[in-house]
Amino acid sequence: MRRILSILMENEAGALSRVAGLFSARGYNIESLTVAPTDDESLSRMTIVTHGNDQIIEQITKQLHKLIDVVRLIDLTGGLHIERELLLVKVATAGHGTKRDEAARLANIFRGRIIDVTGTTCTLELTGNSAKIDAFLEALSRLEIMEVVRSGISGIGRGKRALKL
Amino acid sequence: MSDKEITGAEILIRCLQDENIEFIFGYPGGAALHIYDALYQQDRVRHILARHEQGAAHAADGYARSTGKPGVVLVTSGPGVTNAVTGIATAYMDSIPMVIIAGQVPSTLIGDDAFQEVDTVGITRPCVKHNFLVTDVNKIAATMKKAFHIASSGRPGPVVVDLPKDITNQLAPYEYPKDIHIRSYQPRDKGHGKQIARGVDLLLQAKRPIIYTGGGAVFGGAHLPLRELVGMLKFPCTSTLMGLGAVAASDPNFLGMLGMHGTYESNMAMHDCDVMFAVGARFDDRVTGDLEKFSPGARIVQIDVDPSSIGKNVPVEVPIVGRCGEVLAEMLERAKPRLGEIDRPAVDAWWKQIEKWKGLNSLAYAESGEMIKPQFVVQKMMEVTGGGAFVTSDVGQHQMWAAQHYGFEEPLRWINSGGLGTMGFGLPAAMGVQIAHPDATVACITGDASIIMCIQELSTCKQYGLPLKIINLNNRYMGMVRQWQEFFYARRYAHSYMDALPDFVALAESFGHAGIRVEKPGDVEGALREAFGMKKQLVFVDVITDPSENVYPMIAAGKGHNEMHLKPAPGDEQAARELA
Repeated sequence: MRRILSILMENEAGALSRVAGLFSARGYNIESLTVAPTDDESLSRMTIVTHGNDQIIEQITKQLHKLIDVVRLIDLTGGLHIERELLLVKVATAGHGTKRDEAARLANIFRGRIIDVTGTTCTLELTGNSAKIDAFLEALSRLEIMEVVRSGISGIGRGKRALKL
Repeated sequence: MSDKEITGAEILIRCLQDENIEFIFGYPGGAALHIYDALYQQDRVRHILARHEQGAAHAADGYARSTGKPGVVLVTSGPGVTNAVTGIATAYMDSIPMVIIAGQVPSTLIGDDAFQEVDTVGITRPCVKHNFLVTDVNKIAATMKKAFHIASSGRPGPVVVDLPKDITNQLAPYEYPKDIHIRSYQPRDKGHGKQIARGVDLLLQAKRPIIYTGGGAVFGGAHLPLRELVGMLKFPCTSTLMGLGAVAASDPNFLGMLGMHGTYESNMAMHDCDVMFAVGARFDDRVTGDLEKFSPGARIVQIDVDPSSIGKNVPVEVPIVGRCGEVLAEMLERAKPRLGEIDRPAVDAWWKQIEKWKGLNSLAYAESGEMIKPQFVVQKMMEVTGGGAFVTSDVGQHQMWAAQHYGFEEPLRWINSGGLGTMGFGLPAAMGVQIAHPDATVACITGDASIIMCIQELSTCKQYGLPLKIINLNNRYMGMVRQWQEFFYARRYAHSYMDALPDFVALAESFGHAGIRVEKPGDVEGALREAFGMKKQLVFVDVITDPSENVYPMIAAGKGHNEMHLKPAPGDEQAARELA
């Protein structure tokens, strides 16, 4: 089962490698991992998407808690939450204008944006959950995709549910 | 805070003094020289010079295991650290409090592939509880305070502090923090009241109870409430390799060790119990055997200070997070007025069953007038020392025989590498034990393969006058490897024969120690009495034992507790083959 773990950790050198090392050493799977400092500059927020049954997720959670740099953590998938991923995708549009028009049309349908255009390329931006991103890429696939960059999932709880100190 | 500025190295030593550290175990080198210079100019912290950083780490580990206080190691950068890694990983697997101070190349050179540079924090990360790279002289004191706090609290473990050489030579005022708050680290010592109550309820309902104790019951004074609880409940008790001594071996409720080479009664009681009370034990694979077949009817109460040890391998009905000592003390108070609730007739019937299993005498071995049996040596050693020695061991058959046949009456007396299984541990660990307990009898039960791995430490023993007694059960093989090859590889003894062994007596003598060789069963007791009688001297007793002896009973890999193999009768080839 897919789970999204949200972690507040000390913004210290090496904290990321402790988490990544834990996952590889214990054979846990990481689908995506994002990390950046928060409004409190002493803290970083990390979002990990992983897979496992309840027992494995419980172990992962406990093992993460054991890391001295981990301050708080929640399983976002345990409640109502919002998840978003950012996609940057570059398609080849050389030749006539129809390729670029098609890219623009698809971006419009998916509520994406064109953020860069050259004579031969067109770069699009899209935000959404992973399924939406997958669907967009599928739709774009009849064009020549030159490059795909996905940020991995960031997530936040709905309503009052907040991960903070 | 005094305004006077001192160097980072001096700050470090002051921290050790303020932690009341008496001994540190180490080996100097370039990146650690400022620290060694500061160490030289004071006499409160005594440095013990090992002959290899692995030896220094194991010695600090032995010190910690026999005192419960953190062991401290000091090594240089690069190979100093990599040599210590085996010792650090050994301590990590057994949750031993240690602080390892490592010199590092100057901070300006880090990342340049400088001479004797390794990424110490990176290399040690998977085998420490935590580690630090200190990049500011003003942070040394707070970092050391954190290191000792983290190493000793919660589930203990090793903490590495990596100190670049330039930082140890910069100046700063010194103040040791009185206490430290780490917002992300607040281990819980006291158990949750409700869970404790549920645990007591379940224990008192048991008809076929078993108490299963591990390393967590040995440290932190947990043995006192544990012994009182066992005495009160009169429930059968077993122990992991790491937990020996928490309950006295002579306690009538004690069934001996469990697991792969545990007693028949312990393993059968584990399998057939209805309530299992795990105290500071982590359901390791050597204990549980095949998890599918593990204790099918058991309802489990588990105390552990580390939440991740609870429910990791086996589902637990009543988890109690806390230190064993604190939790047991509270359980004791709650159980005391309710002892009448115990179903005595059922528990008595359970004991009758256990007595039947005991009757198989699973640790028995065939005595011989020709060849020295290793079990016999351990038993004689027990007699000669009155059972009160500190005993360290290496890893393999001799370790199992020591655990099976030396009855430990007190905790912190049995010092061995249980989790990592580190050959070479026994001798240096014994040095640390002897330094912590200068007047105590300290013996190292070892084998001819293990002892060679850290034999250089005989030199350290000479320098510091450590009167260890090394009992080498010399069967000319890596015995446990040979045993598995006999059982599971059709007696193809691939590279387990120790060819070209040294003359151990001459070797010990060359280091300035005494050596005794024993070749006949009739000479064992006399040699041991002679060795243990030499109070001032290290004696290396080289005992030539029966090379064909195997450790029994045994649960083969993938088998359950009720599928133990007992020692085959002499000449019973078929029984021996069935093990495979």
